[in-house]
Amino acid sequence: MDFNFTEEQSMLRDTVTSFLQDRYAFDQRQKMIGSEAGRDPAIWASFANELGILGAPFSEEMGGLGGGAIENMIVMEEFGKALVVEPYIGTVVIGGGFLKHSAYAGAADVIGGIIEGKVIIAFAYAEPQGRYTWSDLKTTAKKDGAGWVLNGHKAVVVGAPWATHLIVTARTGGGQRDADGVSVFIVDKSAKGVVTRDYPTVDGQRASEVYFENVAVGADALIGDEGKALPLVNKVIDEATAATCAEAVGAMRKLHEGTLDYARQRKQFGVPIASFQVLQHRMVDMFMNVEQAVSMTYMANIKVDDDAERAKAVSAAKVQIGKACKFVGQNAIQIHGGMGMTDELAIGHYFKRATMIEGLFGSVDHHLRRYEGLSFGKAA
Amino acid sequence: MNLEFSSEDLAFRDEVRSFIAQNYPESLRGKQDEGDDLAKEDYLAWHKVLAKKGWVAPSWPKEWGGTGWTSTQKYIFSEETARADALPVLPFGVAMVAPVIYTFGTQAQKDRFLPKIYNGEEWWCQGYSEPGAGSDLANVKTKAERITGDDGKEYYLVNGQKTWTTLAQYADWGFFLVRTDPDAKIQSGISFLLIDMKSPGIEVRPIITMDGGHEVNEVWLDNVKVPVENRVFEENKGWTCAKFLLAHERSGIAGVARSKRGVERVREMATTELGDDGAPLIQDPAFKRKVAELEIDLTALEFTELRTLASESAGKGPGPESSLLKIKGTEIQQRLTELALEAAGHYGAPYFRGFPQDGDNMHPIGPDYAHRTAPNYFNTRKTSIYGGSNEIQRNIIAKMVLGL
Repeated sequence: MDFNFTEEQSMLRDTVTSFLQDRYAFDQRQKMIGSEAGRDPAIWASFANELGILGAPFSEEMGGLGGGAIENMIVMEEFGKALVVEPYIGTVVIGGGFLKHSAYAGAADVIGGIIEGKVIIAFAYAEPQGRYTWSDLKTTAKKDGAGWVLNGHKAVVVGAPWATHLIVTARTGGGQRDADGVSVFIVDKSAKGVVTRDYPTVDGQRASEVYFENVAVGADALIGDEGKALPLVNKVIDEATAATCAEAVGAMRKLHEGTLDYARQRKQFGVPIASFQVLQHRMVDMFMNVEQAVSMTYMANIKVDDDAERAKAVSAAKVQIGKACKFVGQNAIQIHGGMGMTDELAIGHYFKRATMIEGLFGSVDHHLRRYEGLSFGKAA
Repeated sequence: MNLEFSSEDLAFRDEVRSFIAQNYPESLRGKQDEGDDLAKEDYLAWHKVLAKKGWVAPSWPKEWGGTGWTSTQKYIFSEETARADALPVLPFGVAMVAPVIYTFGTQAQKDRFLPKIYNGEEWWCQGYSEPGAGSDLANVKTKAERITGDDGKEYYLVNGQKTWTTLAQYADWGFFLVRTDPDAKIQSGISFLLIDMKSPGIEVRPIITMDGGHEVNEVWLDNVKVPVENRVFEENKGWTCAKFLLAHERSGIAGVARSKRGVERVREMATTELGDDGAPLIQDPAFKRKVAELEIDLTALEFTELRTLASESAGKGPGPESSLLKIKGTEIQQRLTELALEAAGHYGAPYFRGFPQDGDNMHPIGPDYAHRTAPNYFNTRKTSIYGGSNEIQRNIIAKMVLGL
């Protein structure tokens, strides 16, 4: 039994923390997300060149730091504390996940590009009709000679405006919702027929509607087995979910800390509002929510490499995190009063991010149902 | 015990319903459906239609334009306007300052202000909250000193800052709580002033809320000269007006009729949206259960409100029990926005305010009904904070109702 981080892991955390304190303070962040591009590419370049964190979960042979899920968890918790919008999950966790877990021939090259900061990946998986059923695909890939032709519409592809590549789920066979017939492709975003409509999101990220209009790709675009990729998709989304739980933990720690600070300073009726028992109990409940979320995030990231336990562990964690995000976020705003409603204070921005994480990669209801299916033997 | 409306009431309901159907401004309907930000004229468009009809201020005394409706008729009217998604008449003039003026004001004040409020010619804002005083409303720091002007007339010289002032950017007039006696106990020494928002020394600064909207403002007062005749009621007795106004603010805060419409809207969304199994979301047992629970809570609130209404018609004013309506009403409003955001799924995320309208209809960004779900959710968090936070409301019930 050991919940301590290794020396290397602690160093990784310290490196990320001090970089973000220096370069990603709240006002700096607001300036970046308010710019036309919605980010400062110099940050990503620094992740690659100064910090080397884009290689955190890749083996040393591939040029990485030799870590895995725990390293992703550490990075994402710190990102959550600073509300970082950089596409680490899309590129490193999801892109990296697909490349590591498949026998993709070009994996070494693409991973090399990721570690150098030159390849940015966005994951085009959700569709307007599919909610959180990842096999519900109207996007199709049809055989055309040696290659494929893609058609379809992907919803709210986070990070797509910044991406060099898209990883796309598409149907190569079977009916619209079948487990069989799901395939995964990597597509150059500049490929002919890729049409994007870019927009900001309510939590300060950028995303796109991505339309594939007769996009022709080569045989080498296929990642994993043709028509048999759903287990791979589920595995990678579980890894991304576990990393997102860590981001939520970072955001919730700030929501809780910020609320304690505010309650100690803010006076009403001549005394700090922290002295009111009803608010003390509320802040204690927030604290317990955060601690339970931390525990579940550790649990999920420890078990995420074990295919027998992964799905249940991740769904359990996401249920806990989804509920905690709502409770901690709403009460942080409530205890801040009118000030919590303003765009000026950071607290509302943490609340918005925490709210969006509630639904990301599946809502509380979705993961509860999946957990029930796995735990009670009913098909999920 | 009787729930049935009389045939007169039913006839009245039909009259209201058909009036709204025939007279509600089309342009406003369009903007509301699109979730667009509203301009000053938009807020006033429906107000002016109602004023012309004589229905803009049902609760006022008849001599000033009140309708003389029974409590039941007023209830029917607010049900029908909510049912039709009519924009509510802004409360600051009609429902807040006007009752103070016709209850405590001088004849000159009534003549000067009430007709222009009625007709929507003058827009009002509320100068209550201060940076250091939210729910602790009596903690007024903005001070007003008596001076004699160069013209030999008496004035108050007002200095201080108000905050969370809703839609002050459009206001012609504001009603302000100011401290006229710095040495008095906290709730004494306050006066109630009507201030021309175009007076020199007033500056309105926007506060942008986390949903991106500009609804509230800071109002700075720097040596603002206010004629003494613009004080309502006695000097240092403004807290009487403030308390009276707060009671008015609370009645109707339950928002039952609008929440009923909100439930319908969530149900409509969830009929179009698909759940995880590919069937309409409204058939998803977990989602359906949450909507059912909300409907049941809303029914309980509705009947609690009707009981309050019945005792009001029997002559008892809205008492501290109205805190219950505020708490449950706002909690239900908030849960509705949670369910709407949840129903929107992935399309809760895109942010449309200020987004360039490039007219690209070939590549839509989700369904129209999803566009405002997240901003509405964020914005509606305010309801458990304003008008006396829900914690304060619970204190009121504990002290005033339960005697604890």
